[in-house]
Amino acid sequence: MAAKSTLTNMVLCLFGVCFVCAALLGAVFVVTKAPIEEAAAAEARASIAKVLPAGGEISAEMPSDAEGIGGYFVQTSDGAVTAYAVKSVAGGFGGPLALMVGVLPDGTVFNTSVLSHSETPGLGAKCTEEGSRFREQWKGFSGALSVKKDGGDVDAITASTITSRAYTKAVAQAVALVKGMSGGSAVHSATATHEPAQKTSVDGTAAAPKTKEDQL
Amino acid sequence: MSKFSLITKGLLKENPTFVLVLGMCPTLATTTSAMNGLEMGLATMFVLILSNIVISLIAPVVPDKVHIPVYIVVIATFVTVLQLVMQAYTPGAFKTLGLFIPLIVVNCIILGRAEAFAGKNSVWDSALDGIGIGIGFTLSLTVIGIVREILGSGAVFGWKFISGDGILAFVMAPGAFIVLGYLMVLFNKIAKK
Amino acid sequence: MEYLLIIISAIFVNNIVLAQFLGICPFLGVSNKLSTASGMSLAVCFVITLATVVTYLLNKYLLVPFGLSFLQTIAFILVIAALVQMVEIVLKKVSPSLYQALGIFLPLITTNCAVLGVAITVVTKEFTFGGESHLLGLGEATVYAFATSLGYGLAMILFAGIREHLALNDVPKAFRGLPIALISVGIMALAFLGFSGIV
Repeated sequence: MAAKSTLTNMVLCLFGVCFVCAALLGAVFVVTKAPIEEAAAAEARASIAKVLPAGGEISAEMPSDAEGIGGYFVQTSDGAVTAYAVKSVAGGFGGPLALMVGVLPDGTVFNTSVLSHSETPGLGAKCTEEGSRFREQWKGFSGALSVKKDGGDVDAITASTITSRAYTKAVAQAVALVKGMSGGSAVHSATATHEPAQKTSVDGTAAAPKTKEDQL
Repeated sequence: MSKFSLITKGLLKENPTFVLVLGMCPTLATTTSAMNGLEMGLATMFVLILSNIVISLIAPVVPDKVHIPVYIVVIATFVTVLQLVMQAYTPGAFKTLGLFIPLIVVNCIILGRAEAFAGKNSVWDSALDGIGIGIGFTLSLTVIGIVREILGSGAVFGWKFISGDGILAFVMAPGAFIVLGYLMVLFNKIAKK
Repeated sequence: MEYLLIIISAIFVNNIVLAQFLGICPFLGVSNKLSTASGMSLAVCFVITLATVVTYLLNKYLLVPFGLSFLQTIAFILVIAALVQMVEIVLKKVSPSLYQALGIFLPLITTNCAVLGVAITVVTKEFTFGGESHLLGLGEATVYAFATSLGYGLAMILFAGIREHLALNDVPKAFRGLPIALISVGIMALAFLGFSGIV
């Protein structure tokens, strides 16, 4: 039923098949390129919106050389900076733990969300559970950025110290970045101007009152 | 073999998961929930049907000595098409299935059917065979996914009916093997009747 | 130090068969005898390591610089198929006894998802070491591939031993053959879960 296996036949067949397949793939690639980029952009926008206060405009992604920081976005409202959304990565239990951290200019954490993780289901993976004790504590957090076991104010996930530590480290990296910016004269977008009324705390960790009571 | 039986044989007599025991890797890895199993099954079915059709079309002109690499190129092309389409239009599923989408290329079911059936039968029959085996595979994966999700997370298709966690071992590695083993026993008992 | 972490992680913590679910078909099919299991492990080890090196280089110097990443799947599988063919030819000439010993396993390795799986993992997944994560370099990738195949061999040989014992036991009829094998692997996987958290 098949053609004869002469050298010419084989070469022709292989070339023909490869050519047609390559053409098909090229076409599909071109067609899907835009939707793929759009899907990724939509996902990025959604993950940013999750951790920032509503409204305002969001800048394009700004690069950063800081340790563990993938990039950040500035949210402005009427020309004033209202918050930052920072992509921060720390080494988790099963792999990198990537977070989107929404930080107010004074270093207070507005909210956090998980971008990607490789944590254990039922244990470290609980860090993705919205509404859980661990996640809720981050809303408006301005305490000491280490887990209670290490002398800080962060309530770790039961039996998942490593994941909790990684999460905390990622948040700390983001907060450090924002504090470094608000205090200095870094220019991050053409429209951003600091409102004189916004005080930036010099030492935001030790002095800040706990905003969330321990739920014991 | 009647055209209808071409489709139904994939469900019982030649069920790829429980009878032919093919495509084990994605079966075990992607059935952590019913939805994941369903998505994987449908993705595989897509490639299976298309590659069956194309291979049965070109089989008469492919020299015997190069038929394996040619089949592989065809299958790999459709897998890449699937990858790109999923990345563009179903990014959620694309992320969840991850590595196992490109691995459809080496899913023994697809190359196996190409060799055993599509290479020797008409286009229409090959398409039906693809549909039959594909449905069988999808159903098997979904059933395994349902069992693992119920036992492991206390949910079905994301709808939780207990608060808290289930027996987590079932959504992790050991559970996959154990559930498959027990379901195989069940299947064999039912299929024998 | 990093290399040691890679090795332990690949063999025990993220065992390719028991945790990542790659290479199951040959794992189940070939492990009913210890001798066939060892033969297969050897062949797989060789192919995985070699294939990973070649695909890594191909990806780094050809696919990525030219924006052809979408051809990754098709390029990798063709490289693997070609590699297996070449290994067969070379082995037949250089060491006919080894070729005989490996027998039918060699061509079957092309469709072993472990080979393609490892090749893709190595160029896409970021690894974490002591808090920092990055993609693997060539040396690390080679060590990872080699260690992974050692883990594959370990799982296969352990399993073959268990299966040989199972065959001598009184298993209920419905469970004989694959079902009881699968349940045994499940228990093995449960045991290996205990390794998680070491690295």
